[in-house]
Amino acid sequence: MAPVATTFFFYFLSALTVLSGVLVITRKNPVHSALALIMSLLGQAALYLMLYAPFVAGVQIILYAGGIMVLFLFVIMLVNIEKSLKEDQFNKQWLVGMAAAVALGALFVFVYIKGKGLFPDRTIQMPEQSNTQQVAVLLYGNYMFAFEIASLLLLVAVIGAVVMAKKRI
Amino acid sequence: MLDYITSYLKSDTTPGSAGNLFWAFVYIVLIFLGLSVAVIAMNWLERKILAHMQVRLGPMRVGPHGLLQPIADALKLLIKEDIMPAEADPFVFWIAPLVVVITAFTVFIVVPFGPTHAVTDMNIGVLFMLGVSSLSVLGVVMAGWASNSHYPLMGALRSSAQMVSYEIAMGLAVVSAVLMTSLNKEGTGTLSMIGIVQAQQAQHVWFVFKFFPLGLIAFFIFAVAMVAETNRAPFDLPEAESELTAGFHTEYSGFRWSLFFLAEYSAMIAVSSIAVTLWLGGWMRPFPNALGGETWDLVFSLIPGLIFLFLGAITFYSTSRMPKHPYFRVQTLGLGGFGAVLALIGLLLLIPPVRDRVQDIFWFCAKVAFSMYMYIWYRGTFPRYRFDQLMKVGWKVLLPMGIGVLILTAIAGVLF
Repeated sequence: MAPVATTFFFYFLSALTVLSGVLVITRKNPVHSALALIMSLLGQAALYLMLYAPFVAGVQIILYAGGIMVLFLFVIMLVNIEKSLKEDQFNKQWLVGMAAAVALGALFVFVYIKGKGLFPDRTIQMPEQSNTQQVAVLLYGNYMFAFEIASLLLLVAVIGAVVMAKKRI
Repeated sequence: MLDYITSYLKSDTTPGSAGNLFWAFVYIVLIFLGLSVAVIAMNWLERKILAHMQVRLGPMRVGPHGLLQPIADALKLLIKEDIMPAEADPFVFWIAPLVVVITAFTVFIVVPFGPTHAVTDMNIGVLFMLGVSSLSVLGVVMAGWASNSHYPLMGALRSSAQMVSYEIAMGLAVVSAVLMTSLNKEGTGTLSMIGIVQAQQAQHVWFVFKFFPLGLIAFFIFAVAMVAETNRAPFDLPEAESELTAGFHTEYSGFRWSLFFLAEYSAMIAVSSIAVTLWLGGWMRPFPNALGGETWDLVFSLIPGLIFLFLGAITFYSTSRMPKHPYFRVQTLGLGGFGAVLALIGLLLLIPPVRDRVQDIFWFCAKVAFSMYMYIWYRGTFPRYRFDQLMKVGWKVLLPMGIGVLILTAIAGVLF
């Protein structure tokens, strides 16, 4: 099926993602921030769908929005919110922050102006119907070694967490 | 316009992949109506079946055998006062039931009621269903936190811990079923819900019987995890009445509460339909191999109509046994009318063209209904788990079992 109203959905989803991202840092209540972050992540998932990457979108929803954010909320609910509401929301580090923002903005402007030369002329259209299979071929075929190393790193992190949490094993 | 509508009828795909918005909309409305009716029916059936299991009568007052009880309940909930606690967080309190309901209904766009009877067929079907239904826990957590009260918060914490733990076991069981799809003749696996049933069709086996007993164990893991995921007895810790009054929805009343109720039952139907699609052959009729052939196809295609005729006959029998007092005249007439509707549906299902198009949907719904009956049966039989026992079952029993089944399925797939 041919895509419908692509431009509208792109701008709508991008606006949703960016606005929720801004809400994450401006809300005083940490639970509201976490909910805004979930909206932002869901907007990202929809953008992945628009890029013909349904598998990445599904994984984004199931892992970030459904898994990790639930643990976030779980922790935030156990924190004393009255106390955190009285504390300062922002650190007084505007000088460093400004420098970082300017650097990132300059990078964006540079890419926007020079953009054509940096990317290949033709974008590869991934066929939507076999996206998952192609991801599998890349992960378990071409980049098998890197994939296994990443999973080993995660295993080390899991064991480390258990060792830190338990006094006697 | 008319061409646009009729052009879909000739194609043999889902409205989503044919790109026909009109028929997609029709399917969405039909599924929404069907789900609402199913939830109402489940409400009545659960109370009646539980009552009979406990040697009680159950609802008997509104309508013959309490048939109109769910409608009376719905009316009561709609006109009840809607209370919001004074210290609650209004926006989160307001949006939480909506999140739960929307996630519970959204998953149904990929449920395959037949080879062409689904709103759309996604490349990531199962992943989409698991992902979106895992979002419903967010609504539960939001409801529990926004109420600003202790019991709901405890319920929400329990619910999030429980759902995150059982999702892992559930995912492993699903992966072992998806692995089985890659072992058909074409050699490519699929996550699409329709593709999974077609793989079972191509391999001439329901995945619950494949690599016996591996498929059966994976199905068992999923069946336990799906009860825990939907917060139903014996894993209904988030709403344990004896400890937490009503858990995360203690502070909700009226219409908002009924949204939680609606979401709980449609989530149960959703996970049941995942189980049916992955292991019980989806829309396929029972015994496709042992009782194969033209004659048996004909016999099985007659069953839906005959079952409805049988139900109509039972209803007429009950009508004849209603008390003859003038007070019951309206109820007797209503029951007779209900029986006539059932018999009419039965006759309609016996017409050959209708029969061929509808029997897929019938077998799918029959399998889901069986699974829903099991839910009620569990609730009537098993005592509630303690929270540490629940975590133990999730992490120390189901998770290792899931990993073991996954590895063994992969090995069996390579060997055979």
